[in-house]
Amino acid sequence: MPDLGPHAVFIWAAYGVTLVTVVALVIAIVSDDRRQRRLIAELERQGLTRRSAKAATAKAATVKPAASAKPKPASAKTPRARKPKA
Amino acid sequence: MSSAVALFHRDVMLAWREGGATGTALGFYLVVVAIIPLGLGPDLNLLSRIAPGVLWVALLLASLLSADRIFHNDYEDGSLDMLAIGPLPLEVVAALKSLAHWVTTGVPLALMAPVLGLLLNLPIEAYPLLMLSMLAGTPAVSFVAAIGAALTLGLRRSGVLLALLVLPLYVPVLIFGVATVSAASVGPASPWPPFLILCALSLASIVLAPIASAAALRTAMR
Amino acid sequence: MWNLANPTRFLSIADRIIPWLAGLTFLLLGIGLYLAFFVAPPDYQQGETVKIMFVHVPSAWLAMFGYTLIAVASIGSLVWRHPLADVAAKTAAPIGATFTFVALVTGSLWGKPMWGTYWVWDARLTSMLVLFLLYLGLIALWQSIEEPGRAGRAAAILAIVGFVNVPIIHFSVNWWNTLHQPASIFRVGGPTIDPSLLTPLFVMAAGFTLLFVLLHLIAMRAEILRRRVHALRQMHVEHAAAA
Repeated sequence: MPDLGPHAVFIWAAYGVTLVTVVALVIAIVSDDRRQRRLIAELERQGLTRRSAKAATAKAATVKPAASAKPKPASAKTPRARKPKA
Repeated sequence: MSSAVALFHRDVMLAWREGGATGTALGFYLVVVAIIPLGLGPDLNLLSRIAPGVLWVALLLASLLSADRIFHNDYEDGSLDMLAIGPLPLEVVAALKSLAHWVTTGVPLALMAPVLGLLLNLPIEAYPLLMLSMLAGTPAVSFVAAIGAALTLGLRRSGVLLALLVLPLYVPVLIFGVATVSAASVGPASPWPPFLILCALSLASIVLAPIASAAALRTAMR
Repeated sequence: MWNLANPTRFLSIADRIIPWLAGLTFLLLGIGLYLAFFVAPPDYQQGETVKIMFVHVPSAWLAMFGYTLIAVASIGSLVWRHPLADVAAKTAAPIGATFTFVALVTGSLWGKPMWGTYWVWDARLTSMLVLFLLYLGLIALWQSIEEPGRAGRAAAILAIVGFVNVPIIHFSVNWWNTLHQPASIFRVGGPTIDPSLLTPLFVMAAGFTLLFVLLHLIAMRAEILRRRVHALRQMHVEHAAAA
């Protein structure tokens, strides 16, 4: 390590704070991202897909206006009807 | 024009009759200025040096106290929806309400400031410019406070949130307001350059802030 | 920009870019740190403490870059109603605030050996503090409004109001500072920054900027997915209720 002069502790402290803060930010963002991807995967596994493979059922038709009111520019989602598992 | 005058008149009357909006702000102003020396000690030299800053900061806080009532009551009882579809553009409505806030809060606080200056040993020479600077700066305070009030309409903790959002925007008004008073009390610089900048800030706020306030009102009412 | 308007498309592009961007970011930061510690010479006035500049200046740059990004996204959201604009604005705020915080702390730690105290009300640090408060206000507003549409529009208005005010605030703080402090102009490496200090600075700045973009993309992906999760759960509930 190079000699950092009489004020070395400030230099280490500055770089230390930067490193710790940046690492904390990265962890926060990446773990949130992982959590959302996991949740999406789980929901898709439960059969809640964004598009229905079949034609929309009557129930889906009543749900559709509510679904398309969501702030998504992609096409409206119709849920596949599923009895909730025990 | 008459509907504008009517709206302004109505807001001012409501504020007076609500009994307490102006009084509370004035009372808060007094309390804050009174406890500063209790916290800092009675050294009159120190107090006279910090007086311009303390008087201005306390003024900002007292104005913010009453800011969320600018739109709140009308939002609650539905009059705001009526005003939004009425003959006046929403920007004009916001401007008139900000003006009413200035008349019922900013002006009384500015007029009371010299009295509180006595508590802080502000030099006598500074009194006229103290009032003048506050009268010139409080329009900016009221009009910008209205932006905060519109953004936080109907939210919980809207008062504190409003203050958090708006106080950083007050930095220029604070700096030039205090500079005007300090120059008048201590010298040697002339107080007029910062005073003129303060006037410019207020004029700009009067013109521009209602646009933001109206936009924020529309988002809250959708 | 409009190619990225579709969230699904954005997600697929982001998924492909992010790994490469991560690699490039850490490469640049690695090179920058090496240059900072093993190549850059001491400043003739400040000695080795000039090395703090290599983290302080990029952080300060990102603090301003972040807020500008939020302001541009806010205009995109309000004026053009770009669908991803409010996602961009919302996710950039915590990242920008963090870099502002780093700028403040490293600036303070730089100030102690330089000026003798941890906090100095000089024009730059004060302006950065006010910028930090503006960030906090944005984050607080996002968190206080539950309905995402209203939150996005309100935060966009606040961001634009704040952005318009930033030059005014900077001007007034500068003016105030010259009024209250003797002009203690410290210059890094003399009147202009020596090239031997500029190169590590630019590399670090580039690395930091790529880091910002990387974290922003990841955060945007997470936010888009979060909204989808919410929407899917809503539909599930509504569907179960209708069933």
